[in-house]
Order: sequence, then C-alpha cells, then structure tokens
Amino acid sequence: MIPHAPKIVLALSVAFAFPRTAHGARRTIVQDTSAGKVVYQKWCAGCHGDNGAGDGQAAKRMIPPPRDFTGAVYQIRTTASGELPTDADLLRSIDEGLGGTAMPGWKNRLSDRERRDVLAYIKTFSTFFADTTQHRTPLKFSSAPGGGTGADALKVGRQFYDSIGCRKCHGDQGRGDGPSAPTLKDDAGHPMFAADLHQNWRFNGGGTVEDIYHRLRTGLDGTPMPSFSDLLEQKFLSDEQLWRVAQYVRSLSPDKTPEVRDVIHASLAEGLPHSPDDSTWAKMDGYWFPLVGQVIHKDRWFAPAVTGVWVTAVHTKDSIALRVTWDDRSHSPDSAWLTHIGRVFAALDSDDSTHEQPGLWPDQLAVQFPVAIPTGMERPYFLMGSPGGPVYQWRWTSTAPAAAVAGLARGVDRFDPIAGAPLAAQSVYDHGQWRVVFTRALASADTASQLPFRSGRAIPVAFFAWDGSNGEHGTRMAVSTWYFLALDEPVPARVFISPVLAMVLTLGLGMLVVWRAQQKTSYRRQQ
Amino acid sequence: MKVRILSVVGSMFLLTVCSKGNQSNAAPPAAEPGAPPAPAAAPAATSSAAGGTVTGKIKFTGTAPRNPTIDMSDEAACKAKYPTAPTEENVVAGPANALANVFVYVKSGVPASYTAPAPGANPVIDQNGCRYHPHVFGIRVGQTLQIKNSDGILHNIKATGKANRPFNVSEPTTMTMPAPRPFSAPEVMVKLECNVHGWMNAYVGVRPDPFYAVSGPDGSFSISGLPPGTYTIEAWHEKFGTQTATVTIAGTESKTQNFTFAAH
Repeated sequence: MIPHAPKIVLALSVAFAFPRTAHGARRTIVQDTSAGKVVYQKWCAGCHGDNGAGDGQAAKRMIPPPRDFTGAVYQIRTTASGELPTDADLLRSIDEGLGGTAMPGWKNRLSDRERRDVLAYIKTFSTFFADTTQHRTPLKFSSAPGGGTGADALKVGRQFYDSIGCRKCHGDQGRGDGPSAPTLKDDAGHPMFAADLHQNWRFNGGGTVEDIYHRLRTGLDGTPMPSFSDLLEQKFLSDEQLWRVAQYVRSLSPDKTPEVRDVIHASLAEGLPHSPDDSTWAKMDGYWFPLVGQVIHKDRWFAPAVTGVWVTAVHTKDSIALRVTWDDRSHSPDSAWLTHIGRVFAALDSDDSTHEQPGLWPDQLAVQFPVAIPTGMERPYFLMGSPGGPVYQWRWTSTAPAAAVAGLARGVDRFDPIAGAPLAAQSVYDHGQWRVVFTRALASADTASQLPFRSGRAIPVAFFAWDGSNGEHGTRMAVSTWYFLALDEPVPARVFISPVLAMVLTLGLGMLVVWRAQQKTSYRRQQ
Repeated sequence: MKVRILSVVGSMFLLTVCSKGNQSNAAPPAAEPGAPPAPAAAPAATSSAAGGTVTGKIKFTGTAPRNPTIDMSDEAACKAKYPTAPTEENVVAGPANALANVFVYVKSGVPASYTAPAPGANPVIDQNGCRYHPHVFGIRVGQTLQIKNSDGILHNIKATGKANRPFNVSEPTTMTMPAPRPFSAPEVMVKLECNVHGWMNAYVGVRPDPFYAVSGPDGSFSISGLPPGTYTIEAWHEKFGTQTATVTIAGTESKTQNFTFAAH
C-alpha cells in the first residue's frame, strides 16, 4: 500500500477562456481547469505529483525525471530561451510525448477536450502563466534550405558543428561523449546525458531536421543545451549555416527509425571477419534490438544507459562470428564519471536500504543462447535462465577487451564460467561506441552445456549490456527479450538444376502435344 | 558566396586567435589561486543619494575549506592565462580571515514610500580564463546583464533563477551578447553556470532597490543612501549560508555592522 500525499485543494477551479490560434484559425476555446484537474490527477499525478512539482510516486524511477511544472521551465518550445512555451508547444508535448523519456503521447488516449483542459490546469502550477508581462511569442523560423543531404551541405554543417561547440558535449562523432559529458546536470542537479545524435528517435523534441533546427534556436531550457539564436544576430553564422548544422546532425541517424526484426540472418561466407572494423561487416545487414532496464529482480534498474544493440552475424561452414555494436558515452571504468554515478544513484529510489556508493565498474556485454536448440516453442527464462534451467552465455568486459568468457547462467545472480571453453573476442572503443566481435566454432565438444550451432534452425538469442559509468553492474543492467539467430544454409545444387529441368520437361511435353495435334489435323485433311 | 562566408568566418577565427595571443602577452590577469577577484560591481546609484550608511567587515572563524583546483587542460586558451593552476572561488579569504564575495543587502525595512533612483549602467559579466568576473554581484530589477566572452572558446551561460525566468545561451567566440539579459524580479541569488566548464559559476543578487554591496578582498562593504528606518540586513555567502542583523538608521549617520561566518 503506497501512502498518498495529502491532496491540496486548489481554489483555482475557475474556467477561463482565451484565444487559441493554432491552424491559423482564431477561435475561442474554453479551457476548464477544474475538468483539467480531474484528468491530471488520474493520468499525470503519478509521475508529476499532485502539486505538479515533478515528485509523483514514480518520479524516482526514471531519468530524466518528470517535469516540475511549478517552475514553468520547459524544454520543448518555439519561444526564445527563458520565455514561456506557447499553448501549442505544451499541447505538442502532451500529444506526442517526449522521445527518449518516460513521457508517452496522449493524443490517442485522451480526447481533444481532456488534453486542452489538462493543459490549462498544468499552467496553474506556476504564477508565470498568469503574468501578462511574460512573452510567449514563437520565434520566426525560416524553412530548411534545400540540398541538405548533399556532401557540400553536410560539410558546412560539420564545420559549424565544430565551431559552435556541439562537440564539447555531444562529442566528435555525436554520440554524447564530449569532454563535458560527465559533468552535465539539469537545474535541479539531476544527471543529464548529451543526446546521442545517432538516435534521433530518442530526441526529446522530435527527430526531424526542423525539430533539430528549432532546438538549436530555442535551446532546451532547464538543461545544459543553450540557444544559438543570438549567434545569428551576431552574424557568427548565417541562418542557412545553422540549418546545415541541423541537417548534419540529422544525417548521423538512420533514414528511418530502425525496425526490430526478430531473426538475425547470419550469411554464409568463405572466411570470417575477426576484427570489429573489418570492411566486410559494413556490407552485411545489421539488426537493431532495443534494450530496457532490468526491473524484475532486485536490485532493479530503471535508468539503463545502453538503449539498444546493433547485431551482425556471419558464418563459414565450421565457425560463426557475431558483431555487437552499441553506443556508450564512456569507456568504463573512468573516474571522470564518478560524480555522474553519484547523481544517478541520488535521482533513483534504490532497492537497497542504503544508497550504494559510486564505484569504478567496467562496461559489459552478454550474449545469451539456450544450452541446446529447443525442439518446441519453449525457451529458457529470458532473464538469464533459472537455477533448474541454465542458459549458455558469452560475456565480455571492457577491462579484458580482447577476450570473452563462455559460461552458464542460472538466474541474474549466478554465472559459472566453463573452463577452457573455446570463444574468442576482439573489441574496439571508438568515439562513444563499442564494437565487439565474438567468434566460435559451430560444433561443440560439450553439447550438454555449450550450444552447437546448426543451420536451418532458429536459435534463440538475447542481449544484456552494462554501462559501468552509469553505475551499472550485477542486476543493474539493460536487457532484451529473446530473439532468433538463423544461419543461412549453403544452397544445394538441386535448387539451381530442378527449375531448369522442369522448364525443359514442360517445353518438351508442350511441343509433343502440339506435334500430336498437328499430326491429327493433317490426317483428317487427308481423309 | 559560400566561399566568401567561409573565408570571413575563417578570418574571424584567425583574429580571435591573434587577439587572444596579444591579450595574454600584454596583460595577463592577476589570478593567483586564492587571490581576490575583480572588484565587485558596486552599485553606483547609492552614492548619489543622501542618507544613512551601513559599513562593516565580514570575517569567518575556523579554517576555510580549500578551493578545488581546476583542471583546465582541455582548454589551453584558459589555462595559458594562469601562472599556476587556478582554483574555484568558493571561499575567497583575505588577511585576518576577511571574507570576500559576500552579498550584503537590505532584506526588509525599506519604506513603501521610498522611490529608488534610476539604476545606473548595466552590469557586465565577463567570461575570462574560464571563470566569471565578477563571481558575485548585484543587479537592480529592470536592469539587463551584458554578457561578455573574452576567452574566444565556447561558453554557454545559463541562469537558473526561480523568480526570474531562466535562460541558457551559447557564446562560442570572443563577443558580447547582442541581447543583454533582463532580470525582472527580486531574487537572492540567481546562479549562473557554464555547462561546458562544470567549475564555472557565479551568483547574482537581484534587488528592487540600490541597497546592496559585495564584500571586497578585505571583507569590507558599504551600503549608503538609506532613509531613516530599521532594517534587516542579510549577508549571503555561497558556502557559509546567511547571517542577518537589525540596524536602525536615523538621519545621515553611519553605522557599523560586522558579520562573522563559521567555517565548518
């Protein structure tokens, strides 16, 4: 039973009217704060708190934390830095949610009326909205100049990406690993990550070129991300050049948000690429798998830093190589991130009665398979098996970057390495990204515990990742569910011969029929 | 056209680099660790008005905590401005335990009938050597803050006020922001910070009247032009907290009010 905070009765249940200018039509819509309060208490207060202070029951289960409405400081706006958001800005965040955060979109869950009412109610948490001297004027945004995906445009974008200092926080390659990254925090001291610019689907205010340009102009108030609008006035760069920065940033992410496909196809090759940066990897299909926090077993983990892994697989007739790539802002262990870990721990409720002290933990990755390919639909428990149903895992640690350990997991807290198990690994840490290649023989001498890989069968596979510099170790990790790995079979010769044979046979039979028919016709004519 | 823009920008960079070089050769800022900061912005408006004066000295007891050394190795342009490793300015102590950078202001007691003189020149904050100058200062409600970057490297300056709207703007080169930032509501203190350089912070006290001062390197402060009355005076320090005192002023007399903080 969770105790409820005493509810404050707000006298502000007055309905008031004001003009709304969305879609260019100026019409008066009544926003009812008392109806908004009902919606708020049902759907919003759990995270944002009864009094709008961002301190609801679930607030200490997420990073970034829920918005504190009492300060009226909003990230996603069309107004200048420091100005209040417009109603349309607030409605956008309610409708679409905030990418990369726990805030979902409410467009399909609440009616138009409910969303407008709750918007009106949210504004009552701060006196700033009632202050008529406060500006709420959207900036005048130009539209994107063309040619934004061309090499010249991207080169200009990159040049200004460097000169306006994006790399200080977002890093040289944009993975949020810049020199200032470990020190970032919001106004309330909560830990902040510089966005990984390779994952535009996680951008708080949306991932289009326009969204990025708008954020460059307005900044993300309350966070370390400043506004760059003054630089246009200062003529440090032109509006077009700022657009080029937005276009460059957009170019770092895939054209489309990666879709999760259930089956990794391992192509068949003559030889295996052992190095993570072998050029043949780029020619193969990569598969994206999202990871989420481990929130089942204590200690649970609500703020995983690794948001997903890219996986590529290839095999020869007797060996397999699996490359796992993931973005990680820090090469752990790194003492520069200790303060950040402290901030992460302070921002989250701990399952421990005492808060753990920050430590120097490594980055880790685990790839998990069943001990044998299952014959039916049943698979071992996805979360590292169980005491009676172990799973076969490959584990890699950043402190031993050129090795991996094979072993059996029997639950989240038990892993037994298999002595002398043949498994090789190579890894590279490059500007905020780990790339690890595992290689192993397909066959296994110990078929009872070390999965023999076979083509033609779907082999369950799952992934786990730890970012040591985010305080992750043990059960505090990012997890995936089961997916599948399928080894492409060599194509047998009959696949090519049978269609040709069939065609020849059909042609021959057809000709026979025609010939017979012609014979009959000429016979009748003779009669 | 594009080439021209690029060359202009390029030459701006060159100029920036050159002027920076000259600056650091000609006039290296005196910035030994623990040295007094640039003189705090004294409110010019107060001197003109007749009235009472409150002066005093700020001291602390105990041992001042050491200011952490700042590692500026990522910013050669800033590091070059210091002969020895610079430190943060959390506790700036003078001789005989004098305490600088204390914001002293009249918290209450100013009569409602009092009409404050028009504020003087707008204060300027400079980002120089990857530190703010001044580190603690006051500003009148309605004044704007000029933001200057003398470092020629990226700083963002973020104000995290509650009564005042926050702001966060980028300044990637040697420049003064074209739009000075307004402060519209009394607030003690608004913290300013740079997120590129986590050690950079400054504090601004926003006041509706001219009755504030910042203690100098010798710990002394002076607030003048006070109309007769009984005032609550508060002294604020970023590490040691606040102290208050009550002072009664009759006529044009000068009263002494010292404050002593305890260093833990």
